[in-house]
Amino acid sequence: MSKKMHIQLTVNGEAQEFLAEPRELLIHTLRERLNITGPHIGCETSHCGACTVTLNGKSVKSCTVFVAQADGAEITTIEGLGNPDKLHVLQEAFKEHHGLQCGFCTPGMITRASKLLEENPSPTEEEVRFGMAGNICRCTGYQNIVKSILAAAAEMSASKEAAE
Amino acid sequence: MIPAAFEYYRPKDMEGVLAVLTEHGDDARVLAGGHSLIPMMKLRMAEVPHLIDLQDVAGLGGISVSDGTVRLGAMVTQSDIIADAVLADAAPIMREASLQIADPQVRYMGTVGGNVANGDPGNDMPGLMQCLDATFTLIGPDGEREVAARDFYESAYMTAREDDEVLTAVSFKVPEGGYAYQKQKRKIGDYATAAAAVQIVKEGGTCARASIAMTNLSDTPVYSEAAGAALVGTSVTDSDIDAAVQAMLGDIDPAEDNRGPVEFKRHAAAVILRRAIARAWSRA
Ligand SMILES: Cc1cc2nc3c(=O)[nH]c(=O)nc-3n(C[C@H](O)[C@H](O)[C@H](O)COP(=O)(O)OP(=O)(O)OC[C@H]3O[C@@H](n4cnc5c(N)ncnc54)[C@H](O)[C@@H]3O)c2cc1C
Ligand code: FES
Ligand code: FES
Repeated sequence: MSKKMHIQLTVNGEAQEFLAEPRELLIHTLRERLNITGPHIGCETSHCGACTVTLNGKSVKSCTVFVAQADGAEITTIEGLGNPDKLHVLQEAFKEHHGLQCGFCTPGMITRASKLLEENPSPTEEEVRFGMAGNICRCTGYQNIVKSILAAAAEMSASKEAAE
Repeated sequence: MIPAAFEYYRPKDMEGVLAVLTEHGDDARVLAGGHSLIPMMKLRMAEVPHLIDLQDVAGLGGISVSDGTVRLGAMVTQSDIIADAVLADAAPIMREASLQIADPQVRYMGTVGGNVANGDPGNDMPGLMQCLDATFTLIGPDGEREVAARDFYESAYMTAREDDEVLTAVSFKVPEGGYAYQKQKRKIGDYATAAAAVQIVKEGGTCARASIAMTNLSDTPVYSEAAGAALVGTSVTDSDIDAAVQAMLGDIDPAEDNRGPVEFKRHAAAVILRRAIARAWSRA
């Protein structure tokens, strides 16, 4: 075992402080230490995207980040996007358009999609497929995931226009 | 999938990095985006008792184009490359290649320095750097030196970089003419079965200069001088392209692996290079 490090994170707006070995993987910190179990472990080998979170404004696979690297960082997980009483537009759209079946990939999909729409608020279908290529789904065949994201994008621009 | 324990360092300057490297020799390694190193550490195929995170080290970022030279700091990520309009204008092949690396999440993290220093024949940037005749800047306890990308790669994971040196930047002359980065992969997030980087200059309907390099078809990236030479002075007809492809096939040395047998890789290399030359020529 190596020396433990003092780590500070802001997760979904809440400050967290603890001691951890630097080798701890961020996904384990989130799930096992902080009980934030939205991000899932699918492959654990940097391929499936089930563990995707937003770290300092980037979509990252939290199974491929050491907690030490994240010290001082701001992290958003699916829990920070919406909740059962107030679903995020993307969550609503996935529900409406059958963007999920078993739901295992969904937290990673939606967290990644939220960043994609922030960077590109009105993507084409092709841009959605390219921008979501780091997330694997073994159930849906992707059609309805793409549909959901495009619907959420339309909904978000419509409400933005209404506000203006 | 838990890596072996390590001491973690996050120095703010290069002096701090070099101090740890000097003290611990090959027991110490730098960490850039971590998207080659961390998977290897998780599999315990790499053990790094002293890990030096470069994220806070000043002076390793930034993309600049001035006096006809492009310079990228080692910590520039693939997504930085994709987003940079000035770079896309000066050297569009960088963006075209970066878009074919891994997936969005990996591209936010993966750096150009890590990609070229890693020494994995599967990485795309080393081949591209052969094509662009880039120069790598290294810093170590004895100061700074420059190494040509074409002299950098010795064998898989073996490069001209010493254990106590850090790569700080890559630079190259603004490329001229048409370009193409063409890659064959089995799926998104896979390394190349074969990839080709081509820059080609057209003057009055004939090819004046051509630079051609191949990825993952040998234990180092392959700069095929002969393939480029085969095109010079021609009007790049199908038979001229055939001659360049034949020349390239003489320079590669692929090994059989889970991407296929040698025969298949040679076939894929030929198809990819043919497409790359045609596309680069159409843009020249
Ligand atoms: C799912 C997946 C798919 C991928 N697909 C591709 C692909 O198709 N093509 C491709 O090219 N890459 C691919 N990669 C690799 C990715 O691009 C890496 O991020 C990149 O190869 C290494 O960059 P890094 O910044 O992550 O380096 P790290 O992983 O941090 O470091 C890699 C190595 O380089 C050394 N190093 C890093 N920076 C420096 C420096 N400045 N000076 C000296 N040594 C240094 C480290 O010590 C380490 O040994 C893929 C990765 C994943 C996880
Ligand atoms: S669990 Fe992280 S990418 Fe699959
Ligand atoms: S809904 Fe089951 S893996 Fe995507």
